[in-house]
Amino acid sequence: MARWIEKYRSILDFTLSSLVRRKGKNLSLLVVYVLVVFMLGSAMFLTEAMKREASLVLKGAPEMVIQRLLQGRYDPIPMSYLEKIRGIRGVISAEPRLWGYIYDSAIGANYTLMVPRNVALPSGEIMIGNGISRRRMIYSKDMMSFNLSNGSSRVFTVRDVISPESELVSADLVLLSEGDFREIFELPSTHATDLVVKIRNPKELVTVAKKVMELLPDTRPIIRDEMVRTYDSVFDWRGGIVTVLLMMALLAFVILAWEKASGLSADEKREIGILKAIGWETSDVIAVKAYEGLLISFFSFTVGILLAYGHVFFFSAALFAPAMKGWSVLYPDFRITPFVDPYQVAVLFFLTVVPYTVATIVPSWRAAIVDPDSVMRS
Amino acid sequence: MILHPAIVALLLVSLLTTGMTLYGAYFGIGIMRRWNLKSGSEGQLALERRTYLISTLLAYVLIFQVGSLFLFVQTAESLHNQFVGAMCAAGSLNVDPYGYPAFLLKILNVILAGLWLIINHVDNGAHDYPLIKKKYALLLVLAPLFLAESVVQTLYFLELKADVITSCCGSLFSSEGNGVSSDIAAIPAKAAMAGFYLSFGLTFVLGGIYWFKGKLGGLFSFASGLFFLVSCISLISFISLYFYELPTHHCPFCILQREYHYIGYLLYAALLTGVVSGLGVGVLMPFAGVGSLAGSLPLFQKRLAMVCLVAYLLFTGIAICRMIGTDFTLG
Repeated sequence: MARWIEKYRSILDFTLSSLVRRKGKNLSLLVVYVLVVFMLGSAMFLTEAMKREASLVLKGAPEMVIQRLLQGRYDPIPMSYLEKIRGIRGVISAEPRLWGYIYDSAIGANYTLMVPRNVALPSGEIMIGNGISRRRMIYSKDMMSFNLSNGSSRVFTVRDVISPESELVSADLVLLSEGDFREIFELPSTHATDLVVKIRNPKELVTVAKKVMELLPDTRPIIRDEMVRTYDSVFDWRGGIVTVLLMMALLAFVILAWEKASGLSADEKREIGILKAIGWETSDVIAVKAYEGLLISFFSFTVGILLAYGHVFFFSAALFAPAMKGWSVLYPDFRITPFVDPYQVAVLFFLTVVPYTVATIVPSWRAAIVDPDSVMRS
Repeated sequence: MILHPAIVALLLVSLLTTGMTLYGAYFGIGIMRRWNLKSGSEGQLALERRTYLISTLLAYVLIFQVGSLFLFVQTAESLHNQFVGAMCAAGSLNVDPYGYPAFLLKILNVILAGLWLIINHVDNGAHDYPLIKKKYALLLVLAPLFLAESVVQTLYFLELKADVITSCCGSLFSSEGNGVSSDIAAIPAKAAMAGFYLSFGLTFVLGGIYWFKGKLGGLFSFASGLFFLVSCISLISFISLYFYELPTHHCPFCILQREYHYIGYLLYAALLTGVVSGLGVGVLMPFAGVGSLAGSLPLFQKRLAMVCLVAYLLFTGIAICRMIGTDFTLG
């Protein structure tokens, strides 16, 4: 056993010193390697972090939302549906929600207008999200106007700016009173945007949803789990698309690795020839090459991952954010909570280190089978 | 198909490992037809050199294969959110008919690749490569299985469709049937326990006989294979219950999660090491009469047997420690 360890320690020793001797040759490979790991890593870390944020947000979402469909599109729902839904056994409560989007041509962004259910704001006063406040430079006690559906406009006083902690969900949010909301959108008091339903036993969610569909065929109930699934798959899909796009870069990298590994200089060839002449076996030379690859991979992978981590969690993934976050104009300005699990690192490993290793197997074998006699003669 | 970075990675890895084994098998045909150690021709020299490449390729294939087995399970686990009714990897694998076949093929291929490397190691140790034709014949069996695994795994991922909200209706998906089944059929705990301890005892007794007397190696190897199967059944039937402390959760995958301190990795690594080295003893049995192996083979087989026993002891030790350590009982 000791002899075996001694042998591989010497091989590792030799590998390290030969790597250091050929700094220049390996440097360009290292840079590209680090870059590939960095790009793929950033995309994956960002996707996972966004999924996590979304699932945290959705934890507070209502168990079931009921929307009305008209001509295949979603439409305000009559308040009279509330009573019918409350009559279904298992339903604790059903409440109307009032919310909508309004376009602000000043900054070219959509705001989300919402009537809060727990606090009643006085008429003429609003609370705005941090994103709006920042972009429009409007703060507490300032005035802000909205265009009404009938073409006129109305001025509101900003009562407060919503605290930046909830910015991911409240960046574009405007809270206002029910009366003001109905006035802006000319929504009659007989209708609401949608309904939220609370259900006593979560196992009955699907049954209640079925009953709602039977009772009110023009509605669609949406269960919270479905929202979670949808968000998950949307973020996965985005991450997957970015990964597939980066596959091209990966392919180029693999070709580079192959080329680098096969382009042996005359010096290297002579070195291997001498090693074999003094008694090294083909498998030993292959081991040296394998260690070389391992060391390069280890170094590049570590550096790449650290850079990706810094990029995503300290610089909010400035390079990739537009592709991953969506198409809103008012981006929430938030620092993503650092979150990396071993699974992501493993996936990244399989996407980068494995192709690199495979690309170097054949060239290292080619290098290892050189005939000492012919190399030293030339 | 769900486009997830891990799925891309798994498809990529299976493409690579399949390509590598297929190449090995293709080369194996050449070996079986033209290998002649007595000849000093160019062709024979080229063949000899190329065997180094195949050994290296297969060593990497095994490493990647073990990694991809666990990555596959983790990916199934991380996707379970997107299917109605799936609570963990067990549910995700049930989403379409290819999930479990892909998983089982992956395990089979890990074991076979491990056995191939054992034969390869023994063969390379002898000066005249006595097993070379046999090991390349085995590679011809291995390659189609890797190909099958790749195809089944690709089909599994292609058939996956997340149950998401569409514009027509939200809960139609949820109400369509009851989603996928997360249950795994488990045999009664009492019967499984009896089988588990019996086969554990059997493996150890036979292992002891083999270690000290050098007899009954084939039987020991068979017992070690049996113990592997019984352990897998027992994991589902009762061992997992002690880890989860839930009398109804028969899942062999959740123990791989953080909540259970990733203990599953240790358990499965021990089991796989045990079965590969245990079966390795039996696979090498027929070659005991080969002249150039006579010196090294028995020693190597004994070492394998010891590795197998230590791995199984580790597995059983962890399982029993948990059973004793937890407050949970099976009544």
